[in-house]
Amino acid sequence: MDARRGPLAVPKVRRVGFFTSIEPSPDSPRPNRSLSGPAEAITTSSSPLSDSPSGQFISPVQIPPLRHRSDNLAAASRAAAPVPVPVPGPSAFRRQLASDRALHVGSYNPVDSLLGTSPPSSNGEVSEDSGSLFGFQRSDSAKLSASFPNGGFDMTMRVRAPQESEAKVVIASTSDGRKKNVEPSGTSEPVAATKPRKEKEQKSLKEKTSKAERRAIQEAQRAAKAAAKGEGSKRAGESSRAKPSKTAKQTQPKKDVPQVTSSLSEKRTVSVEKERRMDVPQAQMQYDDKSRVDKAKRRSVVEQTESKNKVELFLHLPQYERGNQLPNLSSNIFTLDTIHHAVYKVGLQHLAGDLSGDNSRCIAMLHAFQEAINDYTTPPMKDLTMDLTGKINGYVSFLIECRPLSMSMGNAIRFLKNQIRKLPVDLSEPEAKASLCSEIGRFIDEKIILADKVIVQHAVTKIRDGEVLLTYGFSCVVEMILLYAHEIGRKFRVVVVDSRPNLEGQKLLRRLVARGLDCTYTHINAVSYIMGEVTRVFLGASSIFSNGTLYSKVGTACVAMVANAFSVPVIVCCEAYKFHERVLLDSICSNELGDPDAIANVPLRTNTKHAKTMDNNKNLQFLNLMYDSTPAEYISMIVTDYGMIPPTSIPVIVREYRREDLLL
Amino acid sequence: MWRRSASFILDKHQNNKPMSLTPSIDSPPPLSASVADENPSPNHISAYYQTRAAHHEIVTSDWLEQAQAAVRRYPDQDSPVSEKPFSVIEEFNKWRQQPALAEAVAAIRALAAVIRASDGNTMMELEIELKKASDTLKAWDTTSISLTAGCDLFMRYVTRTSALEFEDFNSAKSRVLGRAEKFGEISNKARTIIAMLSQDFIFDGCTILVHGFSRVVFEVLKTAAQNKKLFRVLCTEGRPDKTGLLLAKELAKLDVPVKLLIDSAVAYCMDEVDMVFVGADGVVESGGVINMMGTYQIAIVAHSMNKPVYVAAESYKFARLYPLDQKDLEPALRPIDFGVAVPLKVEVERSARDYTPPQFLTLLFTDLGILTPSVVSDELIQLYS
Repeated sequence: MDARRGPLAVPKVRRVGFFTSIEPSPDSPRPNRSLSGPAEAITTSSSPLSDSPSGQFISPVQIPPLRHRSDNLAAASRAAAPVPVPVPGPSAFRRQLASDRALHVGSYNPVDSLLGTSPPSSNGEVSEDSGSLFGFQRSDSAKLSASFPNGGFDMTMRVRAPQESEAKVVIASTSDGRKKNVEPSGTSEPVAATKPRKEKEQKSLKEKTSKAERRAIQEAQRAAKAAAKGEGSKRAGESSRAKPSKTAKQTQPKKDVPQVTSSLSEKRTVSVEKERRMDVPQAQMQYDDKSRVDKAKRRSVVEQTESKNKVELFLHLPQYERGNQLPNLSSNIFTLDTIHHAVYKVGLQHLAGDLSGDNSRCIAMLHAFQEAINDYTTPPMKDLTMDLTGKINGYVSFLIECRPLSMSMGNAIRFLKNQIRKLPVDLSEPEAKASLCSEIGRFIDEKIILADKVIVQHAVTKIRDGEVLLTYGFSCVVEMILLYAHEIGRKFRVVVVDSRPNLEGQKLLRRLVARGLDCTYTHINAVSYIMGEVTRVFLGASSIFSNGTLYSKVGTACVAMVANAFSVPVIVCCEAYKFHERVLLDSICSNELGDPDAIANVPLRTNTKHAKTMDNNKNLQFLNLMYDSTPAEYISMIVTDYGMIPPTSIPVIVREYRREDLLL
Repeated sequence: MWRRSASFILDKHQNNKPMSLTPSIDSPPPLSASVADENPSPNHISAYYQTRAAHHEIVTSDWLEQAQAAVRRYPDQDSPVSEKPFSVIEEFNKWRQQPALAEAVAAIRALAAVIRASDGNTMMELEIELKKASDTLKAWDTTSISLTAGCDLFMRYVTRTSALEFEDFNSAKSRVLGRAEKFGEISNKARTIIAMLSQDFIFDGCTILVHGFSRVVFEVLKTAAQNKKLFRVLCTEGRPDKTGLLLAKELAKLDVPVKLLIDSAVAYCMDEVDMVFVGADGVVESGGVINMMGTYQIAIVAHSMNKPVYVAAESYKFARLYPLDQKDLEPALRPIDFGVAVPLKVEVERSARDYTPPQFLTLLFTDLGILTPSVVSDELIQLYS
């Protein structure tokens, strides 16, 4: 123990905020220790975080991830031991330990302690993580690793399931470091045995477990699964399932890895998956929840590659490299049968960024659904309500893979599902389809198009002659307001504030100038200067939450706050279908990450040297947030289809008007 | 909204006094089709303030003369109502003569009279007639917020019913009429309810700053005095119509210790004040209030010194307006007498009221209960849904 602590002489500085999650992890090679010892041993011997193989730092704001895999592993290995230990108890204990450990993050970095110092042999040590597995298997071949389950393995590595041989994102550093230390590490039978199925393929494994051992382990797994099921908790379910997760792959970067998945295990995965699906509550996907990500990935149509240098604080958000899937996907548009081609098209448009603006995205999606419903026929022996809902769910998850849904799209989908659910049972299929299509059409007409008209009528009353109106970015409803006010002869001036990298304001500017409005164009950097002459700020919205928080394009909060400091009224224009009953307090929990390259690459500056320093620099991450949240106190008024209301009245609207649409 | 009226307060305290005005159900002559009366001087002098001035006859004789002079500039529109057989304006003006009766309540009474006088045969006709009458009333004085709000609320209250389901027109009409009268009743009682509700906030030994003459605030103070509360009142002078003087006089009659301030002495006196009580011309959707000029600055001073600002306002003053700033309102102008001749080139700000944003208000005392400013929008949304 002491020997291992030796190299810790230099304490790590506590790190907060944005830093590379992907360390050139020195720690990676965990010694494979065989049996998990008693729980106490874990606490004492294994240093905090030692179980996270890549030496990831859990950011202070992040809830330490529960390590299902390890639970499971421990349980399994324990069961494999002569004296089986009841599973739920220790695993629960484990979990607690894991969180305890997380508390130490930063002040003491155990990772170093493992750095090549101790020969991994130390017995009595608990290897409760797949790190050890990993090292062990790495010693053999890279191919092997492909089949290795690393579901709960590494938070920082979002590994996507390759359906074709596609270069997967892997953190080079981690794997390298791991490899280095692999050789000395002895293999541990029980751990290896936990994956007995895989061993069929792993012919090259140096050490093989005996048949009897394998059987024992299988038994143990089964027991663990049963116990987990009995527990009923989602977590337990996850842990039991995590093992068969095959598709999550750890591959060498830029190296095509053949998919090695036995059909047998796949089948089992599916069945377990099904059970799990029952108990999983519908919640927002947290992309640092490894097992769920894997699960989603397995079903995914689009293979997104994760971008590499991600910002620690936003690990829970999906971030993919842009654009490399597009040709691939567009080529098989007609071969894919699970996704309707209209939906597919919309998905691709989202992926490519052709569609922007919440309303147009939402309308495009609804039109696609309309088309899909029109072409839908209920399979024999199936119920339209159930089957169609399932279909829609499939479409929605496809769309999410392409680009995270906006709040308004979520609301529209809820509306649609609700309509499907409310269909009378005795309706014939064509009638049902027709009714759904007309309902969707009505939604578009009433909640979006008509709502915009009403908003324009309301908002125009707030534009007087001689005013200077400021708007930020591009919002179609704000554009309509400005054009209409101009049409009815108001004399006013417009300041269009824009920001990199999207420069959406230029689109608005072009349209306004073409119609003869008097415009000023500036970037957000100058907003504090320009605000002095402004009399009204008009903003669009992506969503407004129950506590009045405005969720809109990034930069909106800045504009609103500056306006507030200049006591300029901030008017937010938002259709009521975008209101959301959730409460949002910050911009971190719910957000979308854009393409980091977009902010890295400055147009007209093609300095290769410059580009070189930007790329592959571990100490540099680009954060391209798409949205931010503006607290309610910076908003003077919200113009919506139900009139002009203060931000405190959002819950009233949600309560009074949306009941019939959304909550039965 | 009206169902939730806190009128139980009245029943609990057995001391509800008779209405200041018992509605005399006279049947006016049948309604003529056109009631296109014009406000004598819609753009120049706010009729609302004219009426108020007439009610506070104490110090206003001189400017009433001026108002009359202003009116005389439009002789053609001066008395357009007399020759009509029935006019909602005439009816309204008749009710308006009662000093204790709020303008909105007068409008409500007038609209009820329209229903009574209606000779339509279907609910649709009745509704159209009512709509026309209320539009006429609203157009008569666009500067009066409570008039507009009262008309709107009345229309909502009366026509939102399921009255159309009744096949029999007469029963439907009587039902509507019943509602109209009930509405008038509630509106009339509102002031007493507010006075009851606010008693909990007036404690012995407190000092209350009031601004202008609000009949609700006066009712509140009067009730407190009758309940043997010991408190002191600071009255602002209330330029230009010196309504503060009137209030001071009325309070002195009730043996309440009163101190009169000039309007500019508010900040000077604020540290000895425990709470600020103001009335309202209108309560707007943001939860802010529109009230006599000077309310805003008093609220700011009180807010900065952490004194509570209470607004007493009947719920028929809730208006679907949302001013963003002071100039976002239709200005209600009135003449201002400076005592000396104002040089020709000097402009005079003649606006009669200002807008106090909700963040400077603590609570609103209404007949719906005691509300925070943000609830106003809630109530309005529910009512106009």
